[in-house]
Amino acid sequence: MKKHYYSALGETVWEERLPNGLKIYVVAKPGYGKKFAFFAAHYGSMNMNVRSENGMSLPVPAGVAHYLEHKLFETEDGSVTAAFAEGGAADNAFTAADLTGYYFDCTSDFEKNLKLLLSFVSEPHFTDESVQQERGIIEQEILMEDDDPYSRLYYAIMEMLYSEHPIRERIAGTQESITDITADMLYKCHQVFYRPDNMVLCVAGNVDPEAVSRIAREALSNTADSSGFAEYCYTERPESMQKFRQWTMPVSVPIFSIGVKGDPTESGGCLRQRFIAELACDVLVGPSSGLYNRLYDEGLINGSFGGDYEYVPGAAYLLISGESRDPSRVRDEIMKEAKRLAEEGIEIGLWERLMRAAYGSMIRGLNSLENICIELAQTHFDNEDYLSFPEVFQSIEKHDVEELLERWCTYERMTLAVVTPSE
Amino acid sequence: MDRQHIQLASGVDLIMERTQHFKTGLFSITLTVPLRHETATAGALIPEVLYRGTRVHPDITALSAATDSLYGADMEVGVRQLGESQCICFRCGVVDDIYTPDGIGLLESAVELTAEILLDPLKEQGAFKREYVKSEGSNLADRIRSRINDKAEWAVFRLVEEMCGDEAYAIDKFGNAQEAVSMTAEQLWKEYQKLISNARIVFYYNGSAVFERMEELVRCKFQLLLTDRSSKTECIVIPEPVGAVREIREEVDVAQGKLAMGFRTGGIVLDHPEFATLLVCNALFGGAGTSKLFVNVREKLGLCYSVVSLIDKLKGIMVVTAGVEVEDFEIAKEEILAQLACIRRGEVTSQELIAAIRYVTGEIIGRKDSQGRMEDDAVTGFLSSNKWIDNDALLKAVERVTVEQLAKTAEKLYLDMVYTLSGRETEL
Repeated sequence: MKKHYYSALGETVWEERLPNGLKIYVVAKPGYGKKFAFFAAHYGSMNMNVRSENGMSLPVPAGVAHYLEHKLFETEDGSVTAAFAEGGAADNAFTAADLTGYYFDCTSDFEKNLKLLLSFVSEPHFTDESVQQERGIIEQEILMEDDDPYSRLYYAIMEMLYSEHPIRERIAGTQESITDITADMLYKCHQVFYRPDNMVLCVAGNVDPEAVSRIAREALSNTADSSGFAEYCYTERPESMQKFRQWTMPVSVPIFSIGVKGDPTESGGCLRQRFIAELACDVLVGPSSGLYNRLYDEGLINGSFGGDYEYVPGAAYLLISGESRDPSRVRDEIMKEAKRLAEEGIEIGLWERLMRAAYGSMIRGLNSLENICIELAQTHFDNEDYLSFPEVFQSIEKHDVEELLERWCTYERMTLAVVTPSE
Repeated sequence: MDRQHIQLASGVDLIMERTQHFKTGLFSITLTVPLRHETATAGALIPEVLYRGTRVHPDITALSAATDSLYGADMEVGVRQLGESQCICFRCGVVDDIYTPDGIGLLESAVELTAEILLDPLKEQGAFKREYVKSEGSNLADRIRSRINDKAEWAVFRLVEEMCGDEAYAIDKFGNAQEAVSMTAEQLWKEYQKLISNARIVFYYNGSAVFERMEELVRCKFQLLLTDRSSKTECIVIPEPVGAVREIREEVDVAQGKLAMGFRTGGIVLDHPEFATLLVCNALFGGAGTSKLFVNVREKLGLCYSVVSLIDKLKGIMVVTAGVEVEDFEIAKEEILAQLACIRRGEVTSQELIAAIRYVTGEIIGRKDSQGRMEDDAVTGFLSSNKWIDNDALLKAVERVTVEQLAKTAEKLYLDMVYTLSGRETEL
């Protein structure tokens, strides 16, 4: 394994690519009691079209990646979770738009648990019958999301921003879409996307890096196999599709989300665009911004107000959310402020402070084993190195942020969704 | 573990833990008062108003500029509930000296800023600034009313409120929405003065700095608070319910029903000889990912997506909460009780026992991986019994728990109340 020392961060990382294509990262964290392992496929809810090597195209319904995540937990001998628990490990998984991650943490029996993680994710054991059985649980999960105003707002924004990109589909699918999911379909997706060369293993904690590499070689098949690939082909206009949507739910005050459709990132530039867009959020709507203070003083927002940037292949957007009695006014004020910032420029003192704050927050993120592993995996799939963030950060100039604000924050690219109290 | 406790005055403690593996240092101050209807709203409102502006940094923009300059010092203010106490907390996390690009020490400035927020508020005619009290009062009221937005939390909140009725534990740590909007700057200022002079105080530090540096800082910046005060914090534990099991049913627009069941733990709380057994019992029953509830109610019967049990280590109650289809309420409740009965009869496989023990030991060891959780343990220990929580002893006790002990402890879990939240006609 190759060893890298990141002196500014005080972090040591070992990395290696196995002959089968799997990339491994191990972050040494002496002093920590837990060990954390994250095994992820570059595959998620947005991969709704599978193309096999003979050119066959297979469209799949919404919710397949998430369904597959659930079903991989079934093994020949029963439940994976019980086996992890025997080894003192707590396991879990999540499905995102372009990533499905499986993980555990433990304080003992690390090697045994790691073997289990690698094998259960790469060797499916479900049957048609057990796939049917899972439906009830997933339906309950969908119902639970239906009651969550924040989740409803998120998907409303995605539907209004995007016309074609599958980011507009719900990760878990709908009660209707999941009825058509079969074991065969899940096996096909597993075969195409859960190949070692489409996956990454990230481990953090007080562990022996060579042992991680050895276990991965033993547990996974040795041959590289590329029997299919995901298709990413969407033609999205820069504008949002719909500008406004409102409905009622049992909430105490109106809750809103504003979506701003950004430009998709180019490979290799994801981390940089992320920092620029996050800084744009800080400058525009963060607690240090003039706008935040003004809206807060006017009682138009409260402490729940804030903005964030998210991206997946083919889509990037800002999400600004909060509680307000007048969400349309908040949207208009944000637009005006973005225009002003683009024209007059960001005040230099504010800019320097926000750069410091953003850097500090990334340093703080290195306290969490989970956070390091997930960030490493995500940036790996973007062909970048997460821990190089200090250099990427240094390359960012004030005008990068001003340009982004000018280009993105227009009425054409924006949309607003509001949940109002039902009683 | 390198740690130190210094009593700065009666009822005022400084506790410190030296750690090298974090990139940050964490400093906190916790002011603790009994949870009472008359003072809860003011207690919740004070930190919010204080964090609106100080004499030196008079508004949010100025305060944010100050934390931004300290490489994004993570300043958290708010209230926590600990047993039947209301804790008003100020927590500040800063990047450790060696990880700032220019190598400047941030700790002094961070402690100073925390002291400024607590002790040097922006004043107007001898009280807090009226506008801040008004707007934070209205925000607090919104926050209290917004509890209903999260239905799972709402079900637990309502269960506790009904189950603990007249006990201080049932009082909302955020106070009362009506009082929050009508609070005047003068009333709040009076409560603030009382808080500063009477509250039990714990200072906490976790990081790489030497203890002397921290002690000197606290003595210098918080001189005003180093006066004797009562160090007693009370929490009345009711070992078992007095009457029959009570049931409450409520309705709101939800697609999925919520079931919450409240138990008394027979007086077992932190410091009780059976506490380690209770931790394992909870993990086995519904706390861990392989719990009897998860495996049977969710996996085998497919009755719900979530089902989990939680304990309050100071109050001696356990709550089981589940998201269930309304028509399955009764069957889910029966199944939950049936699983508890299994533990009481000693029907626990060695696999289940090992899994539950390992889950609990993992949780305890893992607490050292987070400064926030270390702070929580230390502050809880000193507020509840004036000492460190002995996690090493707890670990040893947890590892020795037997099926017989579990059965005995499970016998002491008395169901007190069942709360159900169901939907009216839902539109999606």
